[in-house]
Amino acid sequence: MGGIATREAYGKALVELGQENPKIVVLDADLSKSTKTSDFAKAFPERFFNIGIAEQNLMGVAAGLAAVGKIPFASTFAVFAAGRAFEIIRNSICYPKLNVKIAATHAGLTVGEDGASHQAIEDLALMRVLPNMQVFVPADAAQTRAIVRKAAEIEGPVYIRLGRSGVPEVFSPDIRFEPGRGTVLKEGKDVTIVALGIMTAKALEAAKMLEAEGIAARVLDMASLKPIDRELLVESARLTGAVVTAEEHSVIGGLGSAVAEVLSEEYPVPVVKVGVKDVFGESGTPSALLEKYGLTARDIVAAVQKALTLKR
Amino acid sequence: MQEEILNLKLIANQLRQHVIKMVGEANSGHPGGSLSAADILAVLFFKEMRIDPANPKWQDRDRFVLSKGHASPVLYAALAERGFFPKEWLSQFRKINSPLQGHPDMKKVPGVEMSTGSLGQGFSTAVGMALGLKLDRSPARVYVLLGDGEIQEGIVWEAAMAAAHYKLNNLTAILDYNGLQIDGPVQEVMNPEPVADKWRSFGFKVITIDGHNIPEIINAIDAARQHLEGPTIIIAKTIKGKGVSFMENRVEWHGSAPKPEQVAEALSELQARREKLWEE
Repeated sequence: MGGIATREAYGKALVELGQENPKIVVLDADLSKSTKTSDFAKAFPERFFNIGIAEQNLMGVAAGLAAVGKIPFASTFAVFAAGRAFEIIRNSICYPKLNVKIAATHAGLTVGEDGASHQAIEDLALMRVLPNMQVFVPADAAQTRAIVRKAAEIEGPVYIRLGRSGVPEVFSPDIRFEPGRGTVLKEGKDVTIVALGIMTAKALEAAKMLEAEGIAARVLDMASLKPIDRELLVESARLTGAVVTAEEHSVIGGLGSAVAEVLSEEYPVPVVKVGVKDVFGESGTPSALLEKYGLTARDIVAAVQKALTLKR
Repeated sequence: MQEEILNLKLIANQLRQHVIKMVGEANSGHPGGSLSAADILAVLFFKEMRIDPANPKWQDRDRFVLSKGHASPVLYAALAERGFFPKEWLSQFRKINSPLQGHPDMKKVPGVEMSTGSLGQGFSTAVGMALGLKLDRSPARVYVLLGDGEIQEGIVWEAAMAAAHYKLNNLTAILDYNGLQIDGPVQEVMNPEPVADKWRSFGFKVITIDGHNIPEIINAIDAARQHLEGPTIIIAKTIKGKGVSFMENRVEWHGSAPKPEQVAEALSELQARREKLWEE
């Protein structure tokens, strides 16, 4: 898939933050070499805490560190962060609105060969539903850096979803990130494609394929899943009359649901979702998995064609 | 010293009276496990902890985390008596628009250091606080009160392992070992024994005391402060419902409120005890 993985960019951004702000502390649950918090551990060993294979305690300790004024980044794989530790995140981080940043790596199917047990396809749904939680999903390395830096400035809980595999560059290195603001990556009048994470690059690829068929797609990156950019969604729906969403996540509860929630209340148009269709993944290479589970540019093109037939 | 101990006994008695009134007035709440912890909270809030009600966010203050968050009445009573908020708040416990939620909310109540209620989590967050304070070389200590049923939660042992691993000698845990949980005696529901051996093997210094004996509580807290190698747990043997004879050792008073006539009976018993303390 080429390019730098978002987890690699996360590791580098953490070291930058560590140099600038002594309040930054980092926690991991025995996966620091995979989550790339090992970069920070090497640079600032006294501010790095390995909690061991204990994700519930990872989140509880992070909450306690935040309560005494630290800015903790807690990392592990998304399936354990959002899944296993969910109720600690709910009651000890989100309810008291503590300043904890959860940076979860190895999200989605592109975990690859480890298989379904390690492929989080529900983390965005779980995190999005929590009051006080903000949820960000970077598409590439540059956006990851911008998001990680912004997360450290925000007062309150943040969930950042990161991937294992390399992703192509989408944004320029000096990109800025604002919570609640989406980005128009390409203009078009016939349909809107809203994407986040690894699917943003695929949405651009799909738009190019559609152009050859004479269909002009507007492409939005919605890295700020929560708060979501309601204005931009409504404007795009009004402009194009049909929306397709694309995410490396279940079609239940993630980006597609969030977009449909906004548009059904504010500007109803057909919304067709590209995502994992309420099934678990399996072992395989990332590209074979994306192919099999319908997460390619071609799948986005097919969804656009369906959306256009539903358009009134 | 004798005078100080008498004073702490009177405070504990006062906290118990508040607990009964609050739970009675709310017609809801957890009296049993609040009464069992009253002597411990009296010692912590009125003798041992370095806190300042006028400056509740003072950086180097000692922290108290009520990990057994359902004992909120006794915490609210101690905070009100210590001057963190007006005592009038106590009558609003568990009512709509009140800062005094069923389980403690750190965003709503000055002096509450952590929002708790989901068992085991307060202990884990206390470990995080102790870790952060140690990193800052703060003189502050962290006190955390656990229930005996609560230690059935897996996160407690994850956190215990971490507390010992990071040698958190600024952390003192206190186990309110009253022997009863909602479904019955802890040893029948899910036997936690041997409790002292478990904590010792997890790297804690263990001090076992009578949790209603004020001098023993004071001595144990002092000993914990002097233990520099790592964390300490004080296993406080207590009586659920302590101080109200019809509630003592009765599991049905874990989470049910006394009726008005029972409130009157309990208060008159506590008041009689108070007058007897004065005579002694």
